[in-house]
Amino acid sequence: MTALPTRKLEAWRYTDLRQLASIEFAAPPPVVAPTLPNIDLPRLVFLNGTLAKELSSPFEYVHNFQTIAEDSTQPLALINAEKAHDGMTLHVPAGVDAGTLLLISYAAGSVPFAFHLRHRITLGEGAKLTLIEIAKGEGVYWHDPVIDISLEQGAKFAHIRLQDESREAFHLATIRARVAEAAAYDHFTATIGAKLSRTEISATLTGTGALAHLNGAQLLTGTQHGDFTTVVAHKAPGCPSRQTVKSVLAGTARGVFQGRIEVDRVAQQTDGFQLSQALLLSPGAEMDIKPELEIFADDVKCSHGATIGALDAEQLFYLRSRGIPDDQARSMLIRAFLEEALEPVTQPEARALLEEAIDNWWVKQ
Amino acid sequence: MLEIKNLHARIGEKEILRGVNLVVPDGEIHAIMGPNGAGKSTLSYVLSGRDGYEVTEGEAIYDGQNILDLAPEDRAAAGIFLAFQYPVELPGVGNANFLRTALNAIRRKRGEEELDAVAFLKQARAAVKSLHMKEDFLKRNVNVGFSGGEKKRNEMLQMALLQPGLAILDETDSGLDIDALKIVADGVNALRGPKFSALVITHYQRLLDHIVPDVVHVLSAGRIVRSGPKELALELEAHGYAGLEAA
Repeated sequence: MTALPTRKLEAWRYTDLRQLASIEFAAPPPVVAPTLPNIDLPRLVFLNGTLAKELSSPFEYVHNFQTIAEDSTQPLALINAEKAHDGMTLHVPAGVDAGTLLLISYAAGSVPFAFHLRHRITLGEGAKLTLIEIAKGEGVYWHDPVIDISLEQGAKFAHIRLQDESREAFHLATIRARVAEAAAYDHFTATIGAKLSRTEISATLTGTGALAHLNGAQLLTGTQHGDFTTVVAHKAPGCPSRQTVKSVLAGTARGVFQGRIEVDRVAQQTDGFQLSQALLLSPGAEMDIKPELEIFADDVKCSHGATIGALDAEQLFYLRSRGIPDDQARSMLIRAFLEEALEPVTQPEARALLEEAIDNWWVKQ
Repeated sequence: MLEIKNLHARIGEKEILRGVNLVVPDGEIHAIMGPNGAGKSTLSYVLSGRDGYEVTEGEAIYDGQNILDLAPEDRAAAGIFLAFQYPVELPGVGNANFLRTALNAIRRKRGEEELDAVAFLKQARAAVKSLHMKEDFLKRNVNVGFSGGEKKRNEMLQMALLQPGLAILDETDSGLDIDALKIVADGVNALRGPKFSALVITHYQRLLDHIVPDVVHVLSAGRIVRSGPKELALELEAHGYAGLEAA
């Protein structure tokens, strides 16, 4: 197996995988009684990394799993390529609006196990798709999905993810999108679960007017570690990109945001913006933010902002003075804090799913 | 009825209130005036339960219970409403959602049925209209991007919906904005009645042209040093606060 990345690599400076390396992972056991979300949409269900046909609905754009050619040097993508044996291959033909699809991964087992899913999504010219991805589970496991996305001219892909894995699990996702002229990749990941997680997303904008929104919310507590890493490569002129990443950290949780915007010298009139904000709910919580701008064109607009703060005492008092109980007032302020990142999520089922997950998170605090 | 007895409060080591005694019967409006630094804002915050103020002695009985023991939300449920001098902005919180959450939290505590979205909106729209506010007021984020006057209107909208028994109006240093004062005055006058009382805290007499008080109290160095009919405010306006300490 390709070696796990270490903190000596700049890209892994804030996330230490040693505790993952020390665990002996078995092959995934069969799942007896999965707990699946109750959402009325066509779905693909993977149980411990294998497609469960009987729990999935027919979706005409899904094809058989294909073999993998991995030509990157990303350690996790290489490990995944060596081990993955299943995943979703989805192709939406040109001009087709495929609607909304649910992609569910459910994992459970009594001894530590690992599974490696490989998904491939391609949208033809002008095609449209909304994918709601939910990862849940129980027990100790390692889930390292790789999702490769290719959007042809004018395609629109809304990708909404809820990472709600077992609190003992490791979730390391690698998402890579190529976005052609006037196509749009709208991404949102809510990170709530896993003991240690990283969501690494790269978007390469290859044609004029290609758009990438890579938004995220991390809600972490206890000793959870959540890493949200983005790389947006502007390789064509006139492309807008946005990252709005909000982290709410309680206990001694640690959040990481690394965001790099690369602007090629041909990518004039790039409009890149990045915002990372963290709300620390306890003195033991920690947030590390590393923005990087690499700009080789001379006519671009690129900016980033970062803030780290606590709940505003004035706002809290204002709400309470109107009769709203302390707990509910805090929950309202947390929701308000996340709103800016959630804003682009307009698909009703996705929106409801995320709001419920956020509210439940708070109730458990 | 509000009855404040020998109230002492401090911020850190600094004693601000040094034995305030005050009775506001139901149906009456009392004004508290006084020089800068007398403790006027502190009194409003201590009564509404803001953090950072330590009550070292005394009590404030409202409707038979000592409200100083209650959390701010429970004081609100008991019927106390603090109109903020500088209303707080809540980005990401819709005004309608805020108002409905507050109203239902209070109704729940009072053992009343919660209002559903439709019933709430009907009530809220009527209140918006009667306060001469724009329709989109309910859709905007709470106080975000509001003008000073709009913020005051929003306070009065909250007051109209929550129907408090006792309003505390902190207008300590907003004496210069006459329009804002009129909005507040209209909001208070609309609620006047045998079950409603108000404590109007102000530095300037001119708010009292619009909210005519039953009694005027003068707070100086943390104590009520004089009380009298509404004409007292005019006297203070003419002669200033100098020499009151001794009176």
